[in-house]
Amino acid sequence: MSEPLFSKKNLKLLSDPLNDSNPITVQVLGICSALAVTAQLKPSIVMALSVAAVLAFSNVIISLLRNTIPNRIRIIVQLVVIAALVILVDQVLKAYVYDVSKQLSVFVGLIITNCIIMGRLEAFALGNRPWQSFLDGIGNAAGYGVILIVVGFFRELLGSGSLLGFKIIPDSWYIANGGFYENNGLMVLSPMALIVVGIIIWVQRSRNSKLIEN
Amino acid sequence: MDRNSNTYTFLYAAIMVIIVAAVLASVSMALKPAQKKNVAIEKKQNILASVNIESTAATAEAIYAEKIIGEYVVTVKGEQVEGDAFTTDLKKERAKDAADMLLPVFEVKTDDGLKYVLPLYGAGLWGPVWGYVSLSDDMNTIYGANFDHEGETPGLGAEISTTAFEAPFKGKKIFDESGKLVSILVAKVGQVAPEEHKVDAISGGTITSKGLEQMLQDDFTAYEEFLNKKK
Repeated sequence: MSEPLFSKKNLKLLSDPLNDSNPITVQVLGICSALAVTAQLKPSIVMALSVAAVLAFSNVIISLLRNTIPNRIRIIVQLVVIAALVILVDQVLKAYVYDVSKQLSVFVGLIITNCIIMGRLEAFALGNRPWQSFLDGIGNAAGYGVILIVVGFFRELLGSGSLLGFKIIPDSWYIANGGFYENNGLMVLSPMALIVVGIIIWVQRSRNSKLIEN
Repeated sequence: MDRNSNTYTFLYAAIMVIIVAAVLASVSMALKPAQKKNVAIEKKQNILASVNIESTAATAEAIYAEKIIGEYVVTVKGEQVEGDAFTTDLKKERAKDAADMLLPVFEVKTDDGLKYVLPLYGAGLWGPVWGYVSLSDDMNTIYGANFDHEGETPGLGAEISTTAFEAPFKGKKIFDESGKLVSILVAKVGQVAPEEHKVDAISGGTITSKGLEQMLQDDFTAYEEFLNKKK
């Protein structure tokens, strides 16, 4: 353990998933929840935080247990750890942010099946030390969360004219009040989330030369 | 110990399950009071919503205390009996014989006069659906409705909890001119009924719509004697 906590290699674990190996735009994992919960900004943020909590802690727990887990039941052990953490998150949401928990409803439960989490446990936590696994978990959750929040931002702004529930577009702009503006109803529906994710991938690929295939 | 032996694997799995179960059980117990309070507040919000009073989680309790002037339980014969209307578990009551069933009633003071809120409970496609319907004091005209569900399909059956579905209930009548209970038809295309006894069903949410219609029919029937007495 002579390596410093935030060595260059460790920082790369945090920063890589934000761009070069982003779980959503590059690895195309966790798309389902990215489409489902991003109609508004608030659930997007809560979902991002929930996934971050589950991913970071399950990565650490699996990493701590990695030398004891029987190989034949390792997938089951991973699932038990993920499922237990997801239930904890769900219970906490129900107790303290009930309205958000109602909006997320089944999607919190679906964190269990979020491919990012099992993917990181199998690919990283089983073979690395807890601290590195923690950073990897936070990094990947951040990469996931950034996309969720960007998508949620545009969908709520253009679809409902508000951000975090606060009106951004003045009421007098709307056609109903004699103005010129109308919210784009399509933005609220899931297909538009896919298109927004597509646009993000397009922008990212055109700017990042490493991602351009020959 | 050999990590690949059967004994190790079984022991590992058993211990893991016990630890996880203990952790989850204790967290669930610790958070139960806060969760129950949230559910109660939501119920108050829903009851208020059925008489078209909007409230937030923060204001619901105060508004509820001010507007609700009576809570009581009646039997299918329409007689008032002892019981707490707010905590009556509709799921349990609906499983009983009709004679033993307890039916909660809430009396609400609104700007348009006294309204009676009847809680309803029935089956949708994937799970239970429930709601609150408020009647004006002629015990016939619907003043407002609020529906909710446990797990209906988002975008289809789940639409029953939207204003678009709930608003048309306002002004509908549940008794016909001769005083016979007809309830409300949740109509698909081609179903004919007098305009004052029907609302439009949800496209693609047929089974939820039919379940909701059945719920209205069953529960208004249960309350029929009570409604007739109050007329």
